[in-house]
Amino acid sequence: MKAAVIVFPGSNCDRDIQVALRQSMGSEPQMVWHKDADFDDVDLICLPGGFSYGDYLRCGAMSAKSPVMKEVVARANKGVPVLGICNGFQILTECGLVPGALMRNSNLKFVCRDVHLKVERNDTVFTKQYQAGQNIRIPVAHHDGNYFVDADGLKALEDNGQVAFRYSAEDGSVSDASNPNGSLNNIAGVYNSKGNVLGMMPHPERLCEDVLGGTDGRPMFDSLVAALS
Amino acid sequence: MKARIHVTLKNGVLDPQGKAIEHTLGSLGFDGVNEARQGKFIELDIQETDEAKARETVTAMCEKLLANTVIENYSIDLEQ
Amino acid sequence: MSEITPEIVAEHGINEEEYALVLEIMGREPNLLELGIFSVMWSEHCSYKSSKKWLKTLPTEGPQVIMGPGENAGVIDIGDGNAAIFKMESHNHPSFIEPYQGAATGVGGILRDVFTMGARPIANVNALRFGEPDHPKTRHLVSGVVAGVGGYGNCVGVPTVAGEVEFDPSYNGNILVNAMTVGLAKADRIFTAQASGVGNPVVYVGSKTGRDGIHGATMASAEFDDASDEKRPTVQVGDPFTEKLLIEACLELMQTDAIVAIQDMGAAGLTSSSFEMASSGDMGVELDLDQVPQREEGMTPYEMMLSESQERMLIILKPGKEDLARSIMEKWDLDFAVIGKLTDSKRMVLKFHGDVVGDLPIKPLAHHSPEYDRPWVPTPDSKDVLASDISEAADTTDALKTLMSSPNMSSRRWVWEQYDHMVMGDTIQRPGGDAGVVRVHGTNRALAVTSDCTPRYCKANPVRGGAQAVAETYRNITAVGATPLAITDNMNFGNPERPEIMGQFVGCIEGMRDACLALDYPVVSGNVSLYNETNGKGILPTPVIGGVGLIKDSDKTATVAFGSENESLVLIGDSIGHVGMSIYLDVIEGRREGNAPIVDLAAERKNGEFVRSQIEAGFVESCHDLSDGGLAAAVADMVIASNMGAEVIKPADVETPTTAWLFGEDQGRYLISIGDAESLLEAAEEAGVSAVVVGRTGGNDLTLPGGSTISVAELRECNEAWMPNYMAG
Repeated sequence: MKAAVIVFPGSNCDRDIQVALRQSMGSEPQMVWHKDADFDDVDLICLPGGFSYGDYLRCGAMSAKSPVMKEVVARANKGVPVLGICNGFQILTECGLVPGALMRNSNLKFVCRDVHLKVERNDTVFTKQYQAGQNIRIPVAHHDGNYFVDADGLKALEDNGQVAFRYSAEDGSVSDASNPNGSLNNIAGVYNSKGNVLGMMPHPERLCEDVLGGTDGRPMFDSLVAALS
Repeated sequence: MKARIHVTLKNGVLDPQGKAIEHTLGSLGFDGVNEARQGKFIELDIQETDEAKARETVTAMCEKLLANTVIENYSIDLEQ
Repeated sequence: MSEITPEIVAEHGINEEEYALVLEIMGREPNLLELGIFSVMWSEHCSYKSSKKWLKTLPTEGPQVIMGPGENAGVIDIGDGNAAIFKMESHNHPSFIEPYQGAATGVGGILRDVFTMGARPIANVNALRFGEPDHPKTRHLVSGVVAGVGGYGNCVGVPTVAGEVEFDPSYNGNILVNAMTVGLAKADRIFTAQASGVGNPVVYVGSKTGRDGIHGATMASAEFDDASDEKRPTVQVGDPFTEKLLIEACLELMQTDAIVAIQDMGAAGLTSSSFEMASSGDMGVELDLDQVPQREEGMTPYEMMLSESQERMLIILKPGKEDLARSIMEKWDLDFAVIGKLTDSKRMVLKFHGDVVGDLPIKPLAHHSPEYDRPWVPTPDSKDVLASDISEAADTTDALKTLMSSPNMSSRRWVWEQYDHMVMGDTIQRPGGDAGVVRVHGTNRALAVTSDCTPRYCKANPVRGGAQAVAETYRNITAVGATPLAITDNMNFGNPERPEIMGQFVGCIEGMRDACLALDYPVVSGNVSLYNETNGKGILPTPVIGGVGLIKDSDKTATVAFGSENESLVLIGDSIGHVGMSIYLDVIEGRREGNAPIVDLAAERKNGEFVRSQIEAGFVESCHDLSDGGLAAAVADMVIASNMGAEVIKPADVETPTTAWLFGEDQGRYLISIGDAESLLEAAEEAGVSAVVVGRTGGNDLTLPGGSTISVAELRECNEAWMPNYMAG
């Protein structure tokens, strides 16, 4: 598998995702500077977390307009898998690759802690090595992760099975109490309608080693490597 | 020409910052605030002198970058 | 040029004696620009004029030290050709005036001190002290400072892994915001500020210069009064996005061989950076101020030289490297300008619109700044409170509950969950334990970092308090299994012109020196913040110590969480039940009395080395140092962290009254949980270390001698509820 990680000015999880990909791939992903729209053909494109353009104006708004994103959108529309994590998810919503928007957390505070996630489906390239309905533990670290979409959009997401993960409790239950940021229907991650683009607020790349406190993030990268190699 | 743009959350979109403002105003003793909504104010100094053309350009700016029309509305004031 | 009146001199914080020295150095009357430059260079903040005499007495050397104080940050050897670079710095006054921006720019400033030396920042730590919770300003200040620390650190993508938050009425008008950054560099690729090479270009990179923070360095050295709120406009605004770009751009430029010297523009901006570079290389500098990138129109030379706009660096390039450097800065959308050149005149010549507007000798200004031997009186001895002077708690568990839910003992989760403590993917131990632990990227080594100080001890007995602050960092670093290597200090005190305050400073330095020497634990960097007084009321003496330690094998560490049920709890170190100045006495009996605990540095070292050897050997399941709240609080922390109960059993031969035994704050102690206590006790006896079994792990409840039983869930609830409830109030 060949993978590219797009680096925007202000990205700060680019190295983290590089390390996680390297661990699962056994080879180096390509790091692509945002001004370089003409990057190699790859099997997977990752948009990392961080504060691209300082989160100024709106999180992800400026990056969504950068030259490289035109190319990313074109390739996504041709079916190339795209994974956007945290700020990467915000960029995906801003350029319309996945529906909805990410607003300020309902308690207005940045939140960094482990949360539990319910894996909604395991028939995508991102999740084959999880079980459907599995409860996993992954950290979040964001100020603007409050997922919003209008009522029709929400219905469409639910009807089409486009919800990837929901914030859950340790016992797997999904309720307001397990919602860290006010997201509608506890949505932590969504697919595009074709299922080849995933945007998610939690950081699977941060829990891929026992010494870091857990490995529940690793099956995502292993799934991608298995599906795309 | 100056273009002054107000970007606000659409009705029906929860505005946690507005809610916090409303709450704090109440706790400071300012009664009678029914609702607070927080938005952004952006001022542009643009070269275009024709108002219609300017409005067209600034509208495009709003649609493309300045507002996220999934959750936000915008309004434009122009001043020569 | 305007005439320099005595009023103008006084407004610049220069006294008569100092002004006489200015006239002598200049050989004429300075103009306003030159006076402004003297003013910031000779401010307490930049010149250390009250503290220098005493700081020089601290031990700063050791085989692990690559560079000690005097550089932007200290540098220590951590093996494998790597170096850790670190420093702590205060941003107290700006944070009181505008908490968000004050704290944010404090973080930004200390990050620059570290990456200017060639290090990638890998961990942030911050020590925050606020007024009493009921003070009308406290909640607003906590909220703003925490958001500012997070807002900056999260955006630049450096994890905040450790720190402290304390409340005390003495900080009502003077909060303390002390930020520390630890960076990682190759030991043979350290950059300094030492300029060399006549004709080499002086280059400005980063953000444009605006009028922010003019005279911030002077403000940081002035007492507050009630009109201080009006000083708001001088607080600078941080831009962490630009800082992130600046980090990446500078590290990229450092990969080339273009740089002769590099220095961030911190307090006193362009003035102090250019003077420090020229002075350390014994060079002259000529600056053309028209070339300085400016954010506002019509800026004067005075404003440009004194501006504290953030996210700016000054670099001396090798000849012919301008284009290479410019291309890297432009890649990162940063301003780049050649603003001058090095000369052999040993003078600073400032040009503006073609005229020479300032001409000052460099060495006398930078190195002959006033140095004071301020009069001081030793702090009188406090009458101690003995274990037998306090009544036994009716229910020790109730007392523990009260303690654990008190403002200074309650969980800081509300704070550190607002900091990204995992970005960079190397955080092995998150906040909430004894020390933050971050892996040295790409290796199996790790660094342990912590900050500590117990100001109430320092007030009662500065010498013991100074030693205790150093020893507590030593203990926190040891408790995770790391070898303590070196410290940075942030000396926060009141007005040094008062002999009793100066006496606190001198006493704390003495205690710190004793501890550093006894523990082979030198000071490699530091910062002094004086005049922390409002209306003549000083803060508690607060010498905050930031410690760094090395873990050689990151698989062999200890946390505060028990391994499993039925482990033995073993208390390491002697317990006499010292209750003077304890948090128990303060919170439960409402008495802040007595002396600080004795710090037996030989025992501290022996116990620490023993505990570390047991962790490194892989025998220890969990470990926690004993500090505020003594044994009872340590067990409570461990129970909460592991979500498992424990029973504490007082050995039959202990004569200390139970309450003092549980809550006394004797130093040099650790609590360990271990499967095989017998071997540990044998090893301890062999090492001459006091060790005794004081209970076991298991169940869902905590039981103390002399106390009722409390469930782990209830204990957690009472520990974690205070802070969010307070902040929501």
